[in-house]
Amino acid sequence: MIPGRIVRSTAFRLAFLYMALFGTSVLVLLGFIYHSTAGFMDRQTDETINAEVRGLTEQYSQQGLSGLVRAIESRVARDKNGGGLYLLTDWKFSPLAGNLREWPDFDATQDGWVDTGLREADGERVFARLKYFLLPGNHHLLVGRDVAERNTVEDLIMDALVWGLVITVAMGGLGAVLMTRGMLGRLDVINRASREIMRGDLTRRIPAKGTGDEFDQLTGNLNDMLDRISGLMDGVRHVSDNIAHDLRGPLNRIRTRLELALPENGADSANRKVLERTIADIDEVLGAFHAILTISQAEAGSRREEFAVLDLARLAEDVAELYEPLAEDKGLRLCVNLSPGVAVSGNRHLLSQALANLVDNAIKYTPSGGEVGVELTSGPDGPELAVRDSGPGVPPEHRQAVLERFHRLESSRNAPGSGLGLSLVAAVAKLHGATLVLADAQPGLRVSLAFPPVEQAAPIV
Amino acid sequence: MRILIVEDDLEAAAYMAKGLRESGYAVDHVADGKEALYRIAAETHDAMVVDRMLPGVDGLTIIKTMRAAGNKTPVLILSALGDVDDRVKGLKAGGDDYLTKPYAFSELQARLEALLRRGGSEAAETSLRVADLELDLVSRTAARSGRPIELKPKEFLLLEYLMRHAGHVVTRTMLLENVWDYSFDPQTNVIDVHISRLRHKIDRDFDKPLLHTIRGAGYTIRDPR
Repeated sequence: MIPGRIVRSTAFRLAFLYMALFGTSVLVLLGFIYHSTAGFMDRQTDETINAEVRGLTEQYSQQGLSGLVRAIESRVARDKNGGGLYLLTDWKFSPLAGNLREWPDFDATQDGWVDTGLREADGERVFARLKYFLLPGNHHLLVGRDVAERNTVEDLIMDALVWGLVITVAMGGLGAVLMTRGMLGRLDVINRASREIMRGDLTRRIPAKGTGDEFDQLTGNLNDMLDRISGLMDGVRHVSDNIAHDLRGPLNRIRTRLELALPENGADSANRKVLERTIADIDEVLGAFHAILTISQAEAGSRREEFAVLDLARLAEDVAELYEPLAEDKGLRLCVNLSPGVAVSGNRHLLSQALANLVDNAIKYTPSGGEVGVELTSGPDGPELAVRDSGPGVPPEHRQAVLERFHRLESSRNAPGSGLGLSLVAAVAKLHGATLVLADAQPGLRVSLAFPPVEQAAPIV
Repeated sequence: MRILIVEDDLEAAAYMAKGLRESGYAVDHVADGKEALYRIAAETHDAMVVDRMLPGVDGLTIIKTMRAAGNKTPVLILSALGDVDDRVKGLKAGGDDYLTKPYAFSELQARLEALLRRGGSEAAETSLRVADLELDLVSRTAARSGRPIELKPKEFLLLEYLMRHAGHVVTRTMLLENVWDYSFDPQTNVIDVHISRLRHKIDRDFDKPLLHTIRGAGYTIRDPR
C-alpha cells in the first residue's frame, strides 16, 4: 500500500503522468506488434481460403457440381495434413464431399465468414475459420482452414504482449514510487530544516548531499540566503546591543547620581522621599526597557542557545512557590495542580519569567477571596500549562490586543505595570513553538500555553 | 581594600569611584582594556570591576588573560548584555559575579563586599550562627535561643544566604539569583513578602530583631550588639 503522503505529492503525480504516457506508448507499440504478427497470420489464412474458393468457383463454373465434388475430393486427398477444410452438402445438409463429418452448428453471418469449432471426418475436433456459400440448387459449401496452430501462436503473442504491458506498468509504477520517495526524502530534509529555522533556530543549515544536483543547488541557495539573513540579524542584534549599552549608560548615571545624593539613612526628609520616588520611576523605565529587549530577543529567537529539556512541573512549582505568600497575603487561594514528569524543550529563565508574569497578573487582578490556579496537563498533543483566575477576565474583543506591547485595558490603567507582561508571554510562547490562548474561565481569565511534544528524550534539568 | 575599576564610561566610573571611596575603599580607574592589562600586571588589587564592552581589548579578554597568568583577584563583570548566556560566558571567562547595567549602586556595593568576603571555608561549615540564631546545615534545622523554628525549604535557603552574608547588605536581585536561581526581576516585589514571613518566624517572639530591611538597598541580618 502506497502511503497517502506519497500519492498526494506533486512528484508522484508527475511520475504517474509519465507512467501513464509511457504505458500508452507501450500499448500503441504492442498493438502495432500484434497487428503485424497475429494480424498478418489472420490475413494470410483469409487469403489462402479466398484462393481456395476462387479455385473451386472456377471448377464449379466450368464443370458444375460434379466437377466441384471432384475438385474437393482431390484437394482433401492431396492435403492430408495441410489444414484445409471442405464440406459440400445438399439442401438437407447431408455431406456430398469434403473432410468434415457434418455441417457445423453456427449462425450465418452477412459476409459468410465464420469462426467455429467442429469435428473432422476422422472425428478429431478442430477450430476452424470457414467461408460459407449457398450454391444454386440449395447446395451448401464450406471452405476453411484449421486455425488451432494459428490460435496458439496468437495466444502466445497476446500473452507476451499482456505480460509486457503488465511488467511495463509495474516497473513504471515502482519507478514512480521510488523516484517520488527519493525526491520526497530530499524535500523532507529541506522542509524539516526549514521548519526548525522558522521556529527560530537560525543557526541551523540545510544539509546538502554533495552530488551537485538541482536539490543541492536549491539547498546551497537557501543556506546562502540564511547566512545573509543571519548576518543581517547579527547586525541588528549588534546595533540593539550597542543601543542598550549606550542608552542604559546615561540612565544608569542618573540613577547612581540620585542614589549618591540620597541623604544618610534615617534622615527621613521630604527631599529623600522625592529622590526615592524618582529612583523608583527610573527603575520602572529601566524595567520596561529591559522587558522590551527581552521580548525582542525572544522574538528574534536569539535565546534558543539556552534551550534544554526541562521538567515543566518543577518549573511551575517553583514559580507557584515564589508567589504563594503574595497570594495568601491578598486573601487568595492558590491552587496548584501539576501532572508530574512533564518534559518540554525550552529556556528555563524565559519560561519561568513568562509563568511569573501570568501568576503575577492573576494575583494582581483577582479580588480578595478569589482563586488563582496553576495547572499542568499532558496529552497526546503535548503539555499544556495554564494559569486561571476568578478576576474580571478580559473581554473577547480585547484578547488579541492585550498581547501587544504597552496595551492596557481601561479597567487596569491605574494598576501598577507597564503593559509588557503579556507581550513577553506571547514572545516566549512563540520562541517555544507554543500556542497561547486566552479564554473565559467563567468567571475570570484562563491563559494557556500548549507546547509541542518533546521530540527526543534528553536529561531533564 | 583597593578596587580597580575598568570602565570606559567616564561619568559612570566617576560616580562609582566616588561612592566606593565614600564607603572606605581605595579606588583606581582605567578607561581602556590595554591600560587595564598593564595595571593588572603591575599592581595588586583586592577586587576589580570590569566593564564587558571596552575599546581595544574587551572585558572578557582582560579576565581570561589575567586568569591565564594566575591572577586570582575577584572580578565583578559589568555589562549591558543581561542574557543568561552572556552571564555564563562572563563567569566561564573567569569572572566571579556578573551585574547587568543599569545597576543600583547599592547592588554593586553589596556584590563587591560579597566577593571580598568570599573565602574557602564555606564548604566545611556545618552550622551558621548570628547572635542567638543558629542554623544547622547538616540537619537543615533552625533554632533561636534553643527554640526550634519551623522553616520551609526555600525559607531555609533564604536564611542561609542572609546568614552567610551576616552584617552586610544583600539585595533582592542577589536573593533571586542565589536562592531561586532566577535572572529576572518579578514585577511585584514578592521577595519582600518572603522576607516578612521569615522575619515573622525568627524575630516575632524576641525583643531584639535580627533581620532588617535597608530601604532602597535590600536586607541584612546582623547581631544587634
